[in-house]
Amino acid sequence: MSKPKVAFYWCASCGGCEETIVDLAEDILGIVEKVDIVLWPVAMDFKYKDIEAMPDKSIAATLLNGAIRTTEQEEMAHMLRRKSQYLIAYGACAHLGGIPGLSNQFSREHMLKFNYEDAPSMANPKKTRPQLKFADGGREPTLPELHHVVRTLDQVVEVDYYVPGCPPTPKLTNVAVTALLENRLPPKGSVIAPDIALCDECPRKASKPVNTSFTEFKRPHQKLMDPNLCLLAQGIVCMGPSTRSGCEAACIRGGMPCTGCFGPTSRVRDQGLKILSSLCSNVAPKENGEIDKVLEGIPDPVGTFYRYGLAKSLMRRKVNLPVK
Amino acid sequence: MTKEWRPRIVAFFCNWCTYTAADLAGVSRMKYASNVRVIRLMCSGRVDPQFVLDALTRGADGVLIGGCHPGDCHYAEGNYKMLRRFQLLKRLLRDMGIEEERVRLEWISAAEGDKVKAVINEMTDQLLKVGPLGLPQRFEEWDKEVTRLEEEIRGGDAAGAGCACAAKLQKPAAASKSEVAHV
Repeated sequence: MSKPKVAFYWCASCGGCEETIVDLAEDILGIVEKVDIVLWPVAMDFKYKDIEAMPDKSIAATLLNGAIRTTEQEEMAHMLRRKSQYLIAYGACAHLGGIPGLSNQFSREHMLKFNYEDAPSMANPKKTRPQLKFADGGREPTLPELHHVVRTLDQVVEVDYYVPGCPPTPKLTNVAVTALLENRLPPKGSVIAPDIALCDECPRKASKPVNTSFTEFKRPHQKLMDPNLCLLAQGIVCMGPSTRSGCEAACIRGGMPCTGCFGPTSRVRDQGLKILSSLCSNVAPKENGEIDKVLEGIPDPVGTFYRYGLAKSLMRRKVNLPVK
Repeated sequence: MTKEWRPRIVAFFCNWCTYTAADLAGVSRMKYASNVRVIRLMCSGRVDPQFVLDALTRGADGVLIGGCHPGDCHYAEGNYKMLRRFQLLKRLLRDMGIEEERVRLEWISAAEGDKVKAVINEMTDQLLKVGPLGLPQRFEEWDKEVTRLEEEIRGGDAAGAGCACAAKLQKPAAASKSEVAHV
């Protein structure tokens, strides 16, 4: 019997997810033994046209990382969806939009202008911008077009499973791949991680106060933090209460608060609004002015609460931005 | 929109004060703008910010939250919880491009039927000036950039061309936007 075919693909992301595949270390040998990798642009040489020539559904599973923000990524998402039995959104960007999703606060023109004209490190006196096509020695090379809106994978094509995280842990990756190979699959649409908030597996859980009461919020660099005490008890914004567990509280073990990369649990629709609700309810003062003074400690609520989830949030994008 | 646009306001009123005040306005035969749809909750502290955004993203033009005056909450602290959320929610909404007039928090006691009337009328007037929010329509507009390819693929399937991406790839000249054509 031929081995099941697996593809890895990379869209709008930093490459950290690819790194996790490599971080499987020796475990990757066991996986490689059981599957045929048919596409993995970052590590191996395959041509898109070879995938194109394969019959529909002939790839057992595609693990796609990265958000969708160019026409090329959109097209590849459609092609891999068609060629795969299971399409897996791998990592925070494919799952929630991730860090690239934060650009949904700005228009495409704003981003292009900044990056090609105004950025301090940019020397571009002619203000050249990337062109979709240009003539060169009788040929006409083309570039993909940048979309106005950054999207999660499931906002473009149907997704079967999600492996969360920025990046997903090797352990969860192993769980997901093993489940696929052994055909022990959870219901379609599942996120492959425990469906409970991160606090549940936090090593500082015991020190979480029953009645949290915030008199100030501090960012991690503004405070000498107690390495054993619940970060919320120290007035540090920790996304743990509104974030899915499964990372084994890696950031907190490293002395930093959770920033929310695993997304919400299944009972929460909008992770950012939920943590806003939770934190604000427990602010101590009762008068507008004093409340605002405490909340000044959160200077950028969008960037803090939607660090990874803006594209997947209810609003998705700053609502008054153009698409022309 | 063929019909003349009128603002749609979703109101979350607490059972003990503002909802009772709205009842009072009703039995007192007060007339106020019919633009509001009231949802009764036990306490303004029950208003999850997700409710507010759920209403707006499904087509409401504004959200009005009504609770007991500070110190009068039936559950002692619920209205303070709402107030604190509201203070940060306002900033978040501003950063996301939603006008301040669209989300409003008011303390209205059970005896203030006239305040229900005044607040609803005032908010309706303000929203008439601000205009429609129309988030569902905006989302549709945004997504036109990705529905094009999907329709093309469906069209290709219907025409029996198999995979439309394949058809596209075989004609790199036509696939002007496709980097796949470089390969």
